[in-house]
Amino acid sequence: MRSAVRRYPVLVALCLAALFMVVPFLIVAMNAVKSPAEYSANGPLSLPEGLYLDGLKNFWERVDYSRKLLNSVLISGSVAVLAVVLSVLNAYAIGIGRVRGRAWVLAFFVLANTLPQEALVYPVYHLSKEAGLYDTRLSVIIVFTVLQAAFGTYLLAAVLGRFPREIVDAARIDGANAWQVLWRIVVPVSRPTLGVLLVFFFIWTWNEFLLPLVMLISNDNQTVSVALGVLQGQRLMDATMTNAAALLGVLPALVFFLVFQRTLTRGIAVGAVK
Amino acid sequence: MRSRARDSHALFLLPGALAFLAVVVVPFLMNTGVSFTDWRGVGTPTWSGLANYRELWGDAAFWASFRHSLFMVVAMAAVPTAVGLVLAAALFDVAGRPGGGRITAILRACFYLPQVLPIAVAGIVWSWILAPDNGSLNELLQAVGLGGWQRDWLGDPDIALYTVMAVMVWVQLGFPLVVFMAGLQRVDPQLYEAAELDGAGWWRRFRHITLPQIRPEIHVVLLWCTIAALKVFGAVYVLTKGGPGGATDVPSYFSFTTFFEKTQVGYGAAVSTVLTVIILVLTVIGLKLQTRAEDGEEGIAR
Repeated sequence: MRSAVRRYPVLVALCLAALFMVVPFLIVAMNAVKSPAEYSANGPLSLPEGLYLDGLKNFWERVDYSRKLLNSVLISGSVAVLAVVLSVLNAYAIGIGRVRGRAWVLAFFVLANTLPQEALVYPVYHLSKEAGLYDTRLSVIIVFTVLQAAFGTYLLAAVLGRFPREIVDAARIDGANAWQVLWRIVVPVSRPTLGVLLVFFFIWTWNEFLLPLVMLISNDNQTVSVALGVLQGQRLMDATMTNAAALLGVLPALVFFLVFQRTLTRGIAVGAVK
Repeated sequence: MRSRARDSHALFLLPGALAFLAVVVVPFLMNTGVSFTDWRGVGTPTWSGLANYRELWGDAAFWASFRHSLFMVVAMAAVPTAVGLVLAAALFDVAGRPGGGRITAILRACFYLPQVLPIAVAGIVWSWILAPDNGSLNELLQAVGLGGWQRDWLGDPDIALYTVMAVMVWVQLGFPLVVFMAGLQRVDPQLYEAAELDGAGWWRRFRHITLPQIRPEIHVVLLWCTIAALKVFGAVYVLTKGGPGGATDVPSYFSFTTFFEKTQVGYGAAVSTVLTVIILVLTVIGLKLQTRAEDGEEGIAR
């Protein structure tokens, strides 16, 4: 009895704290489905009287949201796949190949991983203009493939460093070359870790802001994050539009979250190094 | 034979080496080099030695931006770590009771949710909630009879920084919480049982068992959150644009505006170089700590 009494305050406090965390999402969802008239009459805290979806539809069309989603999916998807491939190649040489000077190579990747993007942004902007890649999605894909691979290499090198030596040696004795060992043995065995990396790279790239903001200036190339951030920065949106923008920005994140929840919350122990 | 195997593996580093050269090494060296020049982004940079750094030394806006960075460290590292520890320990307690596992999973998901949100979107959500007219927070204060507490949360230079800090706590909290909960699973439950038998209360168990047991996680979380706090950009861009009157300016936003709005590229490069040096020093210290922690016990960055 006493333990039950003692348990409840903690649980109630925890639930209240959790509620506080999600309340902003609830308020946004509530107001995104109100008509402007209803919003100005009842304010932001009333429950919606009906489902008014024109605000969302107008916003979607006005910012060509399908295009932004497509850009984000294209950029984040390409980066996730390419960065995993690059990380595997690097980590294979360091963790299994044990190349000379690997401690220094690894230290380099760690530092590259924590380097602030501010120290790269202007030269990257300048060089991409010279190379004719400015304001292309390709430029952002290239840059983030490399930046994410810095983290991926660091993590995978540690994982592959503990890879069972006997398996690799046995394959080598059977005549497999380094390339075959990588694709037929190391990659299939490490698939769970690669999956975690893939998810993290996708979401991290989706959420990136500074470099895409600088590199993607035309409407047709912008990602969801950049398009919404720029709109907000211009202070041109009314309340209904802001809510539509917020809800449409939250929804993809919510979908990823629900789909990848296990990977995210378990894999974060992995991500603790980021 | 052995050395040939090594050489063949070195080839696997080639694509990575070229890519890093083009995207990280060359731009980084260029940025550092440009910080010693006067350059408007077009034409040839003219060498100016340490002039940019001397100017930084006397620039009140630069010092203000770094002072705000310290506030961000409090909001994104210190507070989330402290609150995250208490919440993680409490959640872990609940999880241990019958039927607690499901509740904990749901609560943990709620706390972690802001972490997957793009910062630009989090900024939109909050700047609307905190809007001076018709914003939900002010309306709520009105509704519960605290109308006198209404403020222009992001527009008042005296409180804008604290408002941004509060939003950053909300954004950041899930990260330490999840890492600490993962760390607590390592702790031997018998320690808690023994302490409970000895009559130790919740707070004493927290101080004498939980804290020492997950110290490695605390170090790592504090360090990476501090680095994240020094880099904060998107939130400031979306919430306040560094305003009002520079009240929420941070180094990364300061260098961004110097690069792209004032096009004083050399000066902006100097700002970002200072920021980079601070972050790299912290990284090296952190890696030392981490290696020591891993030598001491089972690895934490698994």
